[in-house]
Amino acid sequence: MTSYIIRRLLVAIPTLILLVVICYLLMFSAPGGPFTSERPLPPQVMANIEAQYGLDQPMWKQIWDYLVGIVTRFDFGPSFAYRDRDVNDIIQQGFPVTLTYGSIAFVLATVVGVALGVMAAIRHNTVLDYIAVGATFSAQALPNFVMAPILVIVFTWQLGWLPGGGWAGGQWQYVILPVVALATSYMASIARIARSSMLETLNANFIRTARAKGLPERTVIWRHAMKPAMMPVVSYLGPTFVAMITGSVVIDLYFSTGGIGQLYVLSALNRDYSVMLGITILYGALTILFNLVADVLYAWLDPKIRY
Amino acid sequence: MQHGRTLIAALLAGTVAAGPLWAQATHPETGETLAEDQTFVYRALDESPSIDPQKVEDVDGSKIVRNLFEGLLNTDAEGEVVPGVATEWEASDDRKTWTFTLREDAAWSNGEPVTAEDFVYAWQRAADPATASEYAWYIQLMKIVNAAEIIAGEMEPTELGVRAVDDRTLEVSLTEGVPYFDQMVTHATTFPAPRAVIEEHGDEWTRPGNMVSNGAYVLTEYVPGERLEMEKNPEYWDAENVIIERVVRLVINDENQALTRWMADEVDWTLIPAGQFPRLKEEHPDAATSVPELCSYYYWINLSESGPEALKDARVRKALSLALDRNVIVENIMAGGQPPAYTFTPEATAGYSPPEVEAETMTQAERDEMAKQLMQEAGYGPDNPPPPFELIYNTSEAHQKIAIAASQMWKQKLGVETTLANQEWTTYLTARGNQEFDLARAAWCGDYNEASTFVELLTTPSEYNDGKYSNPEIDALFEEAATSDDPEQQYQEMERLAAEDTALIPIYWYTNAFMLDPAIKGWPYENVSQDWYAKDLYRVAQ
Repeated sequence: MTSYIIRRLLVAIPTLILLVVICYLLMFSAPGGPFTSERPLPPQVMANIEAQYGLDQPMWKQIWDYLVGIVTRFDFGPSFAYRDRDVNDIIQQGFPVTLTYGSIAFVLATVVGVALGVMAAIRHNTVLDYIAVGATFSAQALPNFVMAPILVIVFTWQLGWLPGGGWAGGQWQYVILPVVALATSYMASIARIARSSMLETLNANFIRTARAKGLPERTVIWRHAMKPAMMPVVSYLGPTFVAMITGSVVIDLYFSTGGIGQLYVLSALNRDYSVMLGITILYGALTILFNLVADVLYAWLDPKIRY
Repeated sequence: MQHGRTLIAALLAGTVAAGPLWAQATHPETGETLAEDQTFVYRALDESPSIDPQKVEDVDGSKIVRNLFEGLLNTDAEGEVVPGVATEWEASDDRKTWTFTLREDAAWSNGEPVTAEDFVYAWQRAADPATASEYAWYIQLMKIVNAAEIIAGEMEPTELGVRAVDDRTLEVSLTEGVPYFDQMVTHATTFPAPRAVIEEHGDEWTRPGNMVSNGAYVLTEYVPGERLEMEKNPEYWDAENVIIERVVRLVINDENQALTRWMADEVDWTLIPAGQFPRLKEEHPDAATSVPELCSYYYWINLSESGPEALKDARVRKALSLALDRNVIVENIMAGGQPPAYTFTPEATAGYSPPEVEAETMTQAERDEMAKQLMQEAGYGPDNPPPPFELIYNTSEAHQKIAIAASQMWKQKLGVETTLANQEWTTYLTARGNQEFDLARAAWCGDYNEASTFVELLTTPSEYNDGKYSNPEIDALFEEAATSDDPEQQYQEMERLAAEDTALIPIYWYTNAFMLDPAIKGWPYENVSQDWYAKDLYRVAQ
């Protein structure tokens, strides 16, 4: 197992380098650059700025310098769009924000989603099941860009209970709405996966055997059904966790959290190459890491799996 | 719940009135009762690229810089220049040398005096290639001696044509006479910079705690993408007359979200999304306002080699312009009180009134009739239309609606087909700048309040002339205007010629439609640049 983990982590290095190269190529193939503006800059001013950011170098040199900066100094370069800041700075400020509301939303979505799904499956075709299925369907029909404005209209404008945006260093009042808006649709997906997977497991032969042995239902579900039923949920949770902690564009934009999610889109639109790359690398590294975590969890959930 | 806000305000007013009277301050001039909490909160669309005076490049960033720093001159509620750090200023007869006398009590927030040397340093810094400021072009635009050479790296920044005669006297030398130079020094790029602080902290000098500024406010909190807070600067020379204690800028990207938060009283000022002004004006007559803005909305016509043959015929261009029913666009799509435009330069521009052109005096039916006739003369008709034109615009609901309306009008009235191409901002700018379009949505906002900033776009050498329109008569008039005592005449003639020839298709002049909490007073409604200074505002008790 340990050697498997080490092997996977080593493979991650060329994967990330490849990611940087592809990203660079894609970015440079997009029209315009970070300093394209409605008011075209005089050529001399443009040349001065490009020289400052090394954009006058050939592309291989740019990629090389960029990689060297990361490896030797852990320096992801200056931001092109935010002239007074560098990428490390931007990620240091934005990532803790999304990590906070993303993790809370993840825990909320997972706990409530799994509980709802499992409950619905156990009480299959009862009122409880219908309510749970109905609730998850409506939650899924309320993606975060619909949830966010609704929450603000109700809880900020009408009731005046919670602030309609901002982060204020992560005070609880500011965290609630982003968490709820982000968690809702994920929760619904998790509940639906958990329900169908649990239903399938409950119909499996080994469960029939367990019941035939006369085991109490509680033991059947907790000891025998739960682990295998959670396999599809876990494989969904790996990438979902990464998606949630790296933030959501919608949540960041609607709630002005200052998080990193909005930067992912903004940096692409602004052609802010270095921020775009920095976030891509972060996103890529986290995806690789949590896919590995999910794989290790598999092995724990399913004794048949050996690495 | 439309009146929820008024209700809350009424309740608050009740509590205040019932409270002890000694707490109530009054405005020194108007005698109005001031609110206890003098905080002003406004909304910005995006985080600004920089809040460094020499690097700031967007409108929202300029608002921050204008409150943190003070330049030689400010603008008042009507947009007229008034003393800032400079108390007196004069130009030589040829307007090539400008001398500013600085006030003695101007100070940085660390207590150091603001001297002429701080301005010299700032202006050299803006032009210096090492600063790599996008606004280096502004120093060049000001026509300061040697600016172009310094930007090109051919001369040292210290050779810029600006010098400190003594601590209180700043002298600027220009390559040619600029009559509106006093207007130009109200711009953020020209604000002073604290050399010692910048040299100590480098790029991080703009962080709270590091930043030293000379304006009415100092930076106290800055979380990019979320909020920025400024507090009253006790070292400011006029601090005793500054009433607003705290200014907060919130970034709220979504316009409707910003409006909801305005309703919830979390924000005092926000822009009104397109189309919603009439409704809001009815619901909040004392808060919804629309004022003219120095910007023009228009369509470029590609007249370069890559442009379509049909559009090189002035009759076809004119037909397209005439068939475009501007009233439908301003009344039904924008609905923010925008005036329909038949010429380019906005009517709100100082010292300028648009010439009367034929199209403006006609009814839409007459325009349509004339458009059809012109198309026929050009050899096109409903059965024989020109090849479809491609109209590009950047992603935005309002641009899309206008483009759809325009293509419908052209199709129905003239049988002209238009393909609409929605492009992401940078892609669109690149396509427009490289003449990869037939028709392109565009907007231009004045750099300063004078018509030359607009009409220059109609001239052949202008870098911003994306349609590549060229008319020697217009070029000659522009040159003539530069040395004229009353250039309005030339500007009007340029506009008249451009309209006659349909150099571009003007559509409307912008307005700035915004919601402002009625408790905030002192707003410069008459200032077309909408450059507000928090030091001039105050909040009354309600």
